[in-house]
Amino acid sequence: MSKVYIALQDNDVSRYIVEAIEEDNPDVTVIHMPAMIRIENEGFLVVKRETVEEKLGREWDVQELHLNLITLGGNVDEEDDQLSLTWN
Amino acid sequence: MATKKLNLKDKYRLLTRDLDWEFSYQDRKEAFPYEEFEGIKITDWSKWEDPFRLTMDSYWKYQAEKEKKLYAILDAFSQNNGQTNISDPRYVNALKIFLTGVSPLEYQAYQGFAQTGREFGGIGARVACQMQSIDELRHVQTQIHAMSHYNKFFDGFQEFSHQHDRIWYLSVPKSFFNDARAAGPFEFMVAIGFSFEYVLTNLLFVPFMSGAAYNGDMATVTFGFSAQSDEARHMTLGLEVIKFLLEQHEDNVPIVQKWIDKWFWRGTRLLTIVAMMMDYMLPNKVMSWKEAWEVYFEEAGGALFKDLARYGIRMPKYAETIEKEKEHISHQAWWTFYTHGHATGFHTWVPSDEELDWLSEKYPDTFDKYYRPRWEMAKEMEAKGERFYTKALPQLCTVCQIPMLFTEMDDPTQTCYRSSDYEENKYHFCSDGCKDIFDDEPEKYVQSWLPVHQIFQGNCGGPDVEDILRDYYRINVGTDNMDMKGSPDELRWKEWKGTA
Repeated sequence: MSKVYIALQDNDVSRYIVEAIEEDNPDVTVIHMPAMIRIENEGFLVVKRETVEEKLGREWDVQELHLNLITLGGNVDEEDDQLSLTWN
Repeated sequence: MATKKLNLKDKYRLLTRDLDWEFSYQDRKEAFPYEEFEGIKITDWSKWEDPFRLTMDSYWKYQAEKEKKLYAILDAFSQNNGQTNISDPRYVNALKIFLTGVSPLEYQAYQGFAQTGREFGGIGARVACQMQSIDELRHVQTQIHAMSHYNKFFDGFQEFSHQHDRIWYLSVPKSFFNDARAAGPFEFMVAIGFSFEYVLTNLLFVPFMSGAAYNGDMATVTFGFSAQSDEARHMTLGLEVIKFLLEQHEDNVPIVQKWIDKWFWRGTRLLTIVAMMMDYMLPNKVMSWKEAWEVYFEEAGGALFKDLARYGIRMPKYAETIEKEKEHISHQAWWTFYTHGHATGFHTWVPSDEELDWLSEKYPDTFDKYYRPRWEMAKEMEAKGERFYTKALPQLCTVCQIPMLFTEMDDPTQTCYRSSDYEENKYHFCSDGCKDIFDDEPEKYVQSWLPVHQIFQGNCGGPDVEDILRDYYRINVGTDNMDMKGSPDELRWKEWKGTA
């Protein structure tokens, strides 16, 4: 299985998104680099709206992810409630 | 009455797919004349899926927010004299390469996606290309804006647009994009949308930008990451195009594979300059070129090609050579620029002893054996007042236009040299990869505008190199070029820091 990954700008919103990703994907590896946070997982990774909203304490649109996103790897599927990354 | 909110899929369908129309009195083939010209077969455009489902209204909303964030930081950077807080003035030379070599490519990408979007019969692909085209225009604007601040305090930024069209090493990135844009729409998408965006831009915009942050350059890391937030969408578009082409018809598979082979090779050649920027031009180091290559090319690219194997797509040709090159190319490139440092629009230097130690540690199999002795020799010559500059003009590869600086990867003491005969002439190449590309389309590459050939033909003024540098390239001779040591850039920095 290959690793999917997502990298976010290191800022106040991303910190909560990372927390949400860690909660929904317990096996992820989080790597801190200058100005960015890279999160990797074997084969699959999901960002769930509900979990991010809970962490942020406010409404959050999945497409807001674009504001803090640096790069990603994997087949993307973006829906109302989540964004997922997968490799076959 | 509460308005019912559309879900993402319905909104995407209504605001994208439903914007298309049928052709009742015009021939569809005449409206999209290049759709079949490359031999690609499209049976059903409605199978196109945009995984981000971004509609124009959301696009404007989020892009506006990105711009506001970016410009707030650029203002703060200039108001607080951010240029005095960078790690080391040598670093700024990487930005000179960026502005003269990379930013004009963003402009070419803007033009390329506008044109390509027009050529596609499918509305989903057209809208995605339109957004990417606008993104690319934003990138060139924000990059020029961010670097205009450095232009006030450092040399070598002032003529980037004029120089992009003329200087010998800048013909490498320029001709790369010209080649892609002179191809048909699907090859352009495989070249730029897939090969370049999906795998290769990551190496420039992620580890290099993280390095910019680590060197105190808040302006560059901010425009870099702001641009890269669009790239995530571009990468997805590139991957979607490939999957779509491969699913549409089995006859597309060999055509797409040929383009992948060509454009991954061209892309890795183009990135040689980024390799050099990472290993030699970032005073505070984040990771070596080799490490970045392993993460973003071997690991991420490997996962991608494993995923595409189900369509019958294999790793790009010469992947084994590419794997060996990560140990060598940054050193071979910086040596070339160092020895041609009188003819560059930026400064070059011998790495410090600490930097040489870092390179030895990061490249244990190659640096001490092949490259460190050269730098020790250059250092000795410089100490004796004999800083070396070559008198010769380099021979260029007809395809990638890079000087013949690469070695055989199994024998790094031997220059790699290939050639082909076509009609009455002999053409020269830096590698098997570039030779293959020429042999497949010689009638295209015999037209290459090779800077050194142009100089010898008398098309760039002269007769002396200095005349060409000053009048044709518009390099401020003695100010923009030569070694970092003793340059006006260095003197100004020392004055700021009170160490002059």
